[in-house]
Amino acid sequence: MTPRSAELAKPALRRDFATLRDDFPALHQFVHGKPLAYLDNAASSQAPNAVHEAMTQQHRLNHANVHRGVHALSERATKAFEGAREKVRRYISAESNEEIIFTRGTTEAINLVASSLGGVRLRQGDEVLITWMEHHSNIVPWQLLCERTGARLVVAPIDDHGALDVAQFEAKLTERTKIVAIAHVSNALGTVNPVAALTAAAHRAGAIVLIDGAQAMPHLRVDVRGLDCDFYAFSAHKMFGPTGVGVLYGKRSLLASMPPYQGGGDMILTVTFERSTYNALPYKFEAGTPNITGVVGLGAAIDYLERLDFAAVAAHEATLLEYATARLTADVPGVRLIGTAAHKAGVLSFVIDGIHAHDLGTIVDREGVAIRTGHHCAMPVMDRYGVPATARASFAFYNNQSDVDRLIAGLQRAVEIFRG
Amino acid sequence: MDDLQELYREVILDHNRRPRNFGELKDANRVIEGVNPLCGDKMTLYVKVADGKVQDISFKGTGCAISVASSSLMTERVKGATLPATLELFDKVHDLLTGAHSHEPEDLDKLAALGGVREYPTRVKCASLAWHALKAAIADDPADKVTTE
Repeated sequence: MTPRSAELAKPALRRDFATLRDDFPALHQFVHGKPLAYLDNAASSQAPNAVHEAMTQQHRLNHANVHRGVHALSERATKAFEGAREKVRRYISAESNEEIIFTRGTTEAINLVASSLGGVRLRQGDEVLITWMEHHSNIVPWQLLCERTGARLVVAPIDDHGALDVAQFEAKLTERTKIVAIAHVSNALGTVNPVAALTAAAHRAGAIVLIDGAQAMPHLRVDVRGLDCDFYAFSAHKMFGPTGVGVLYGKRSLLASMPPYQGGGDMILTVTFERSTYNALPYKFEAGTPNITGVVGLGAAIDYLERLDFAAVAAHEATLLEYATARLTADVPGVRLIGTAAHKAGVLSFVIDGIHAHDLGTIVDREGVAIRTGHHCAMPVMDRYGVPATARASFAFYNNQSDVDRLIAGLQRAVEIFRG
Repeated sequence: MDDLQELYREVILDHNRRPRNFGELKDANRVIEGVNPLCGDKMTLYVKVADGKVQDISFKGTGCAISVASSSLMTERVKGATLPATLELFDKVHDLLTGAHSHEPEDLDKLAALGGVREYPTRVKCASLAWHALKAAIADDPADKVTTE
């Protein structure tokens, strides 16, 4: 942590989570006449005022294209844009700004690697190893790559609690395994994977490791060098920033060896009709005008997160999850939890006997409680537990016990309606 | 009656709890799979079309209360109906679910209970899936799959 952010951390530490909630305007509204209890953070989190203000400022006064103009506005926009890159680098402890590539989100970051690295690295008979708990965005890009190259997609199983079977994972690592792609935190189950150990095992087998960090960033302080992963992908909108922007972190040596992903402006040095030469990192992978305002918003979200004490965040969220789990199982009849791994973050997935998840979602919504219902873009997980869909409440540091109580009351209403 | 009771009327809850005409129909000559990709709901509709009529009909699958009740109520209602009458009913139900007309279509009887979804835009597809499957099943050139997307 830099001295500046250490200073800023002090006032935040004194503020309890009740007052942090005041920073998020969306949380202070009524839905269907009831105060909002927002428990759909794993789908998208709310942004604090600081993010809205930074984006408005960028839009209203500093808007211009980056890396081009010699005029003042372009210089300001470029400074804000590249300043956000530096914030990201520092936040995730990457070595160089060349390793921070802005994308549309986690999905595009994974597709970038699958397309660029996969194309040169995979041969027929090679394998890509994923886990059973992956989001579709960490399955389908690899499937497409395997179809293109004749490589095989191998899946490491999970146990009945939703934890990865590490022994099976290691057993599936062979000399054929060229790429390993794993979620840091499962969006459907909340399971936190031991990614540092998995990365080390994959490296011993000679594989390159990509971690899907979309669900980890809002809950954990991630250190990519500590994890030693080759790639780490995440989205701004799940960590209190805006939609439409994400990050691919990649080790410099690997990124340098990879061909461009998309062609266009900003990613070239020279263009003739015969051939083009490509720009240096990270610009080689950033074709076209980027989401400048979104990146500035991400920078502001990181400034906000820098002021949080993540040990306190983890403790608060663990308490909430424990409370919610206890109340759900004790006070709502017929509940079955989906995802009960020992190490979880922020997600409570469940089904209730005789009531489909969509009906639960509609009923609690009328009580002002926002949850996600459906397959959570993780159909293999649903199949694994033999359910078509689950209801999922997911927490951020700004949630509190009252949000949980409201959820429980909403679910009790659903049971009352359905069981009469 | 509040909004939720309007949506989950007793007839809906009853047909969800005890769906009528549930299961495979051995002598069906039209089998259609209906999928709602948004929520992953799947239903299979079995129809025996003969002599210009829906002679027999059944369904199976998983879904929310609205989708199960809609399927159940539909099978109960159209069993034995002529194909033109079934198509006419499809149009009426379509209007009911989407609120295309200010007044409720007539002669819907129990099916009128499905009208509660109008206040729930995300749930209209739940109620309409079975009906789209039915329309596809009795078409001159029947499809084998329909989706709500």
